[in-house]
Amino acid sequence: MSTLRLEIVTPERKVYEEDVNIVIAKGVSGELGVQAGHVPLVTPLKIAPVRAKKGNSEELIAVHGGFMEVRTDKVVILAEAAERGADIDVSRALQAKERAEQRLAGKQEEIDHRRAELALQRAVTRIQTSGK
Amino acid sequence: MAKGMREIKRQIKSTQNTKQITKAMEMVAASKLKRATNAALASRPYSDKLKEVVSSIASSSGGVKHPMLQSREIKRTAYLVISSDRGQAGGLNNNLLKKLVETIKSKHKSADEYALFVIGRKGFDYFKRRGYAVRQEVIGVPDSPTFADIKSIASAAVGGFENGDYDELYVVYNRFVNAISQIPTIKRMLPLDASQLEGGKSGPTADYEYEPSAEEVLSVLLPKYAETLVYSALLENKASEFGARMTAMGNATKNATKMIAQYTLNYNRARQAAITQEIAEIVGGANALS
Repeated sequence: MSTLRLEIVTPERKVYEEDVNIVIAKGVSGELGVQAGHVPLVTPLKIAPVRAKKGNSEELIAVHGGFMEVRTDKVVILAEAAERGADIDVSRALQAKERAEQRLAGKQEEIDHRRAELALQRAVTRIQTSGK
Repeated sequence: MAKGMREIKRQIKSTQNTKQITKAMEMVAASKLKRATNAALASRPYSDKLKEVVSSIASSSGGVKHPMLQSREIKRTAYLVISSDRGQAGGLNNNLLKKLVETIKSKHKSADEYALFVIGRKGFDYFKRRGYAVRQEVIGVPDSPTFADIKSIASAAVGGFENGDYDELYVVYNRFVNAISQIPTIKRMLPLDASQLEGGKSGPTADYEYEPSAEEVLSVLLPKYAETLVYSALLENKASEFGARMTAMGNATKNATKMIAQYTLNYNRARQAAITQEIAEIVGGANALS
């Protein structure tokens, strides 16, 4: 099975760089899986785990927004923050999730609501990623 | 005479203490400078890639229009000033702020024509003392800043441009050349210079498909790109800060060494004079007896 190179880059560092068989990410207009030889594509991403499959193993990387650039033999994901499963502080993510849920439960201003929603998404993404 | 000697000895001692401190600060700054330049290098791939994609969209699909790429009539200008939190870095902050104030005075007639966004305590204090209104500030950015540290101020400045509060945005920071040379720079960031973007195009870029559409991708990417520019300016300013501090402290150490040498010479002279005088007194006394 042919491989393509997956790179995940944040402003601070390169989080991930490996050859994988398939990349599954959640774009703003839906989930998409990318294999080698895909048509060049650019799409913004949602806050969600990105799945990288290599042979039989699968790794999850928490990607908080950003966008994905696909080329025939390469996928580059640029995000403001991204973490591999092992780097995630699960207890912190759980706390953040609770906090965000509490905030969402108590009705507040629109901006706070939106912010809490984003925080919740990030926390859930982290938990899903580390739960692998 | 003995009193004068004690005085000199005290001076030597205190200069030595100062020298120890400046020496330590120099070494700390040197190691932080190394880390700051590494951080600046580590952020390169991200901003390069972003630039590449943005420029390929801007050039390939031709007809794409985005407010951030278009210059409009300038009524209000925003300045994003990046300064350091601490001094002891020679004229680093002062040169920068003076340059900005001169520019503001020559370009604008009234305070309504510009707005200030400030990162760093030195800049904030400077403007506050002089009665300038600061729209938003961030103080206490750590030595190895993360993107999240400046996200809010960067997106406020960029957002202000997007919704028409300002018609241009300048970033004011110290460009890092090397440890002894930093150049105060006022760089126009928005509207983005489309010609510059195309110039940065590297190699044959594929014709991308955009999901959902080129316009929408661009409207997500451009603010991000602008924020990234702010972040890399911040990293560069950090490197400049440590470079300037290292040089300033190196000079201070050198001066202290020179002063200690001078004091020691004075001290020895005074000691010699005291001994000579004592001998003269003894000889004089002995002569008087015989």
